[in-house]
Amino acid sequence: MIQPVFLWSDILIFTLVLAVVFFLWQLRRQPLTRKRWHAVFASRIGMSSFLIIMTYVLIALLDSIHYREALPTTPSTHEAVLTASAPTAYSNEVKSLLDWLLSDLTKTKETTYSAPFALYSFAKESRVDDNGQVTRVFPRLQHVASHLLNDQQRLIDITAHSIKALFIGLLIALPLVGLHWFWRRSKGPSQLPWLTAYLTITILIVSATWMILLSQHYHIFGTDKIGTDVLYQSIKSIRTGILIGTLATLLALPLAIILGISAGYFKGWIDDAVQYLYTTLSSIPGILLIAASVLLIDVYIETHADEFTLTALRADFKFLALCAILGLTSWTGLCRLLRAETLKVSQLDYVQAAHAFGVSHRRIIGRHILPNVTHIVLIALVLDFSAFVLAEAVLSYIGVGVDASMHSWGNMINAARSELSRDPFIWWPVLSAFIFMFVLVLAANLFADEVRHAFDPHRVKEPRV
Amino acid sequence: MLAYIVRRLGYAIPILIGVNLITFALFFVVNTPDQMARVHLGDKHVSEDAIQQWKAQRGYDVPLFFNAESDNPLRDTIFFQKSLTLLVFDFGLSDEGRAIGQDIKERMWPSLAVQIPTLIIGLIVNISFALFVVLFRASVFELAAMILCVVMLSISSVFYVIGGQFFFAKLWNLVPISGYLHGIEAWKFLILPVIIGVIAGIGSGTRLYRTLFLEEASRDYIRTARAKGVSELRVLFRHLLPNGLIPVLTGVVVVIPSLFMGSLLIESFFGIPGLGSYTLDAIQAQDFAIVRAMVFLGSVLYILGLILTDISYTMVDPRVKLS
Repeated sequence: MIQPVFLWSDILIFTLVLAVVFFLWQLRRQPLTRKRWHAVFASRIGMSSFLIIMTYVLIALLDSIHYREALPTTPSTHEAVLTASAPTAYSNEVKSLLDWLLSDLTKTKETTYSAPFALYSFAKESRVDDNGQVTRVFPRLQHVASHLLNDQQRLIDITAHSIKALFIGLLIALPLVGLHWFWRRSKGPSQLPWLTAYLTITILIVSATWMILLSQHYHIFGTDKIGTDVLYQSIKSIRTGILIGTLATLLALPLAIILGISAGYFKGWIDDAVQYLYTTLSSIPGILLIAASVLLIDVYIETHADEFTLTALRADFKFLALCAILGLTSWTGLCRLLRAETLKVSQLDYVQAAHAFGVSHRRIIGRHILPNVTHIVLIALVLDFSAFVLAEAVLSYIGVGVDASMHSWGNMINAARSELSRDPFIWWPVLSAFIFMFVLVLAANLFADEVRHAFDPHRVKEPRV
Repeated sequence: MLAYIVRRLGYAIPILIGVNLITFALFFVVNTPDQMARVHLGDKHVSEDAIQQWKAQRGYDVPLFFNAESDNPLRDTIFFQKSLTLLVFDFGLSDEGRAIGQDIKERMWPSLAVQIPTLIIGLIVNISFALFVVLFRASVFELAAMILCVVMLSISSVFYVIGGQFFFAKLWNLVPISGYLHGIEAWKFLILPVIIGVIAGIGSGTRLYRTLFLEEASRDYIRTARAKGVSELRVLFRHLLPNGLIPVLTGVVVVIPSLFMGSLLIESFFGIPGLGSYTLDAIQAQDFAIVRAMVFLGSVLYILGLILTDISYTMVDPRVKLS
């Protein structure tokens, strides 16, 4: 028995997915925008970075379907259930679909640190042998490569599994790519760089199979202080990263659009008021505003503890508040750009003509102004995304980031920080967070460049990278 | 000129009052002093007496806006004593009872010692790199440099700090990992933070300056200079650089006053007792008085930066008129 749990951030992210689908559907009627998007995907970098981002998004979406498992009924309560049909008790732990898929990784908990691919624990433990002698030994990890006869076989075993993973990965990827290739061939020539897309997908699938296959027998990225698999943590952190990147801008977007456009369109006192508002807000140093607000959220959560029955609910509330604050700090820049562009657009002939025809303000804004400033919103969205993902790491490190119970790359780094002075160095949690974060941010930056290139009419004519 | 500066300073006043109101709303209206006391005393079942005592010690035991019981109904309020005093830079006492103004005076020097070299060296490095890229534009070299820039700016600054500490301080033992000494001895502790600060900024800095320089390079006077047969290097340094530096200036002057605030990340990682780590400690200890003071100080410095930017603009670009 499971009970679905809808966190606010889940609802928001799926609303966002629906909005994107609607947006794509709308694209059918807009040849110019379609052409621009086509230009984004016609570049090899745009195509492959998009596919990488989509992989992350898919994982984040899987991780956004939450549920609670029913607690197993003990014999004594079992009778009570039969007689009084008492409500089933659900576990306090909120799980997601991704947890279910990764259940192999969560079951294999060790006791403490272990290095990537290690067979033995990182810390020594006291053992008492049959003679009562106490020795300090590195204990063998419990869930690692139990099929090995001796330790020397480890390297051969890893190589064998890697080759196996490569073949299985290719076996999955090639038919997929082949099918698509046949389907595409029937539709005539295409300008999109499909070869790059196929290559990216193949690499993604092969590395996923490699991770899945090897994590059955080893801890690819080691384990952390309490023995949790670091790979599992890194994958779980994807949701936090993706959500903070998208929701932060999204929550502030309506405010920026409404205020920015009304300031530029109506001018006069509205313009003055909006300008005053964003100058004041932007003059407060962003990181301090965030820190101050997060402190206040903490106070709110502590004084309203009874409203948050589950840890996940509390973490989610704090997370959304953080997104909103991050959005607020970036809101001013977008608002300023929108105001300037609206000022420019509203002087153009077709807007003047609409005025002369007596078209209502709402219709002028909706039909003539808004479509002509959307490129600014879009560029801001993609540019802010990577900035927010990076900001999360710094904020969590400073201690004003997401809740400590939430998996995030910032929390991983923060936890590893106290171990940095240890000798020998515990580097794997940092490395793992680095790799996962770097791939996402790099892909997002490259994609943002392509989008800006395709959509920004004022860009410098420069050689493309 | 003077009249312009005075007028600009006049514009700053409503903004500062706005900032003051926002911080006041954040710290006293959204969360009441009672709630702050509860969090500070750290216990769920704090007695009412303890809360009152905590508030009395810190002067939070008066009403927010209007004190009907006092002879001076407007003066004896939190808004007057805690918020309006900020406008005359009277920061008052921290929740621990230390004078914040004194702390700031002491701790701004280490911050400046890190920030000023980072800014200057960073500027020199970024501008040189950007000029190099512009010189070799439309070549493999540019492609490689721009890819390197994207890669560098995709790495979180946290990793630069961790990596720098690991390689320079731990593995190669070149500099101490963290710490600080006052006086001339400080240089040993400053090298690594400065290097890391510079490296972390290369990616975004070079990219930005390259765009600015390329925009300048597409102008007519550059084409004219080339057409006259001026050598590429001379075009770059005599014609492009002075004009290209104008937009660079805007970006730099605005941050100069904020250098006082220090960097939260660098200072806490390297144990530098500047204002950045001061703020961070206050955040972690939930010392609202210090955070409030730093928020206000930060806004003042930012607005100062904006005014300085405008003034410096008129000094380097004769086309810009003060109006």
